[in-house]
Amino acid sequence: MFPIGAFFIGVGTAAAIAAVLALVMAIADATIANYGEVKISINDGSKELTVDGGRPLLSTLTAEGIFIPSACGGRGSCGLCKLAVKSGAGEYAPTELPWITEADRKANVRLSCQVKVKRDIQIVVPEELFNIKEYQTTVASIRDLTYDIKEVTLKLNDSQALDFRAGRYVQFVVPAYELTPDPVYRAYSVSSSPSRKDAVELEIRLVPNGICTTYVFQRLKVGDSVNINGPYGEFHLRDSDRDIIFVAGGSGMAPIKSILQDMVERGIRRKATYFFGARAVRDLFLVEEMQELEKKLPGFKFVPALSNPEPNDNWDGEKGLITEVLSRHFERLDHHEAYLCGSPGMIDASIKVFKAKGLPDELIFYDKFA
Amino acid sequence: MNWSTLGPAAVFFGAIFTNNILLTNYLGMCSFLAISREVKSSVGLGAAVVFVMGMTNALNWPIQYYILVPLGLEYLGFIVYIIVIAGSVQLVEMIVERVSESLYQNLGIFLPLITVNCAVFGAVLFMFIRKYTFLASLAYGLGGGLGWAVAIVAMAGLRAKMARARVPRGLEGAGIALIIAGIMSLAFMGFSGMIPAA
Repeated sequence: MFPIGAFFIGVGTAAAIAAVLALVMAIADATIANYGEVKISINDGSKELTVDGGRPLLSTLTAEGIFIPSACGGRGSCGLCKLAVKSGAGEYAPTELPWITEADRKANVRLSCQVKVKRDIQIVVPEELFNIKEYQTTVASIRDLTYDIKEVTLKLNDSQALDFRAGRYVQFVVPAYELTPDPVYRAYSVSSSPSRKDAVELEIRLVPNGICTTYVFQRLKVGDSVNINGPYGEFHLRDSDRDIIFVAGGSGMAPIKSILQDMVERGIRRKATYFFGARAVRDLFLVEEMQELEKKLPGFKFVPALSNPEPNDNWDGEKGLITEVLSRHFERLDHHEAYLCGSPGMIDASIKVFKAKGLPDELIFYDKFA
Repeated sequence: MNWSTLGPAAVFFGAIFTNNILLTNYLGMCSFLAISREVKSSVGLGAAVVFVMGMTNALNWPIQYYILVPLGLEYLGFIVYIIVIAGSVQLVEMIVERVSESLYQNLGIFLPLITVNCAVFGAVLFMFIRKYTFLASLAYGLGGGLGWAVAIVAMAGLRAKMARARVPRGLEGAGIALIIAGIMSLAFMGFSGMIPAA
């Protein structure tokens, strides 16, 4: 006969030992790991937070509504959540070191996801990060721009408003699903105009097996809820009277489109040329919108360039790589400013062309899609 | 061989030299190979192993002889030992983090690694197979940990020298490390006979 008594003694003993250990851990967690209330002083005391200690600085700040850019969600693998910590952070942890440069070390810059808040701490948060918030949104529309780029319009819930400069990006929060056990964040530039504050438009290009793009292409439907946070970034039109050169490829269209709409609305009539690189006609999109903008902006010209037009494309516009088109188009760049957005390869190659034509580094602005 | 009659001191030194858990039993190889690139971190990991082995042996011994054996539950041993190791390591990590920041910096990040270090579990099993007394078990835990630490620090020192050696490309990394470990193991065989019956 099955020894049922022995069975219960066995299971019971193992369970009891585990329970005792669990109890000890629970007590330890409440006593040893309890750091009590600590104060976080931000920007020399211009803001003070009182929080429960013991958790990482990044998540502590997030809970208080201060969003530090981070792509990995606090695992210490992206190196984005850097913050200057004036006091109270302790020694550098080995997990921080790969991301910390000599200059960072001098400025006491830390990886905020790896710094635990254990005592009163003084930190420096760039003012513009206070503007970053999390927004709940609802998918208002999804439109195919090309076979592999979708335009997703997210309407902000509860009449919230997103204040941003044209050229900024937001982070799209992908919830846990088959491809990811934890929510992940992916950055997308806003393609709608800053004057439209109740919704944001994103242009999302399919990356094979990408966690976010697979989610957007296979799962996302009109009416779904999506969380975003932002705005982030330093890409925007600078004030000057120089002629503008825009260069973009693929979904790099997004921030440029936003900037152009902003120029229309704010009455900026600087001379501007927009070079858009694509392989074939099937990779071109928003061409009519751009021609519309040419009418509204007298000095603006849209120049799509195809590197591999197909025979039935009947393409009579610019041909060749974007770098070839750029060097054909300009002799010397002495009163210009360049704004680039797209893949690192395209940007690096274009910057080389610009520099060869005499455009200095400080007049070249870019947003690389890494 | 009758292990149970050895005194704590003999067990302690035996665990370091003559039956070094890493070099004679080949346990704990994964962290041995992974963390032995720098002397500094291998010292930290070694210290953590000494600590955890001593502690888990001291905890598992009374659990075995005062709970499992009287109830006839030796067959549950593996599960219970592992739970005790995992739980106590977690607890130690919390305490170290609270008590000493600098110790936590040097040791703390290695503690979770040690939960899955088979040398720790191996030490628990050997102390029961060899029927050590409580004191001998404690000595075996500390000595075994120290032996493991000696081996990994020696390895880290050798690998630091290896950085300047010309290693055939096919043997770089883990390959040459395993060969070094084998030669070290042969060298440690030279210690046998130092301690009678061990």
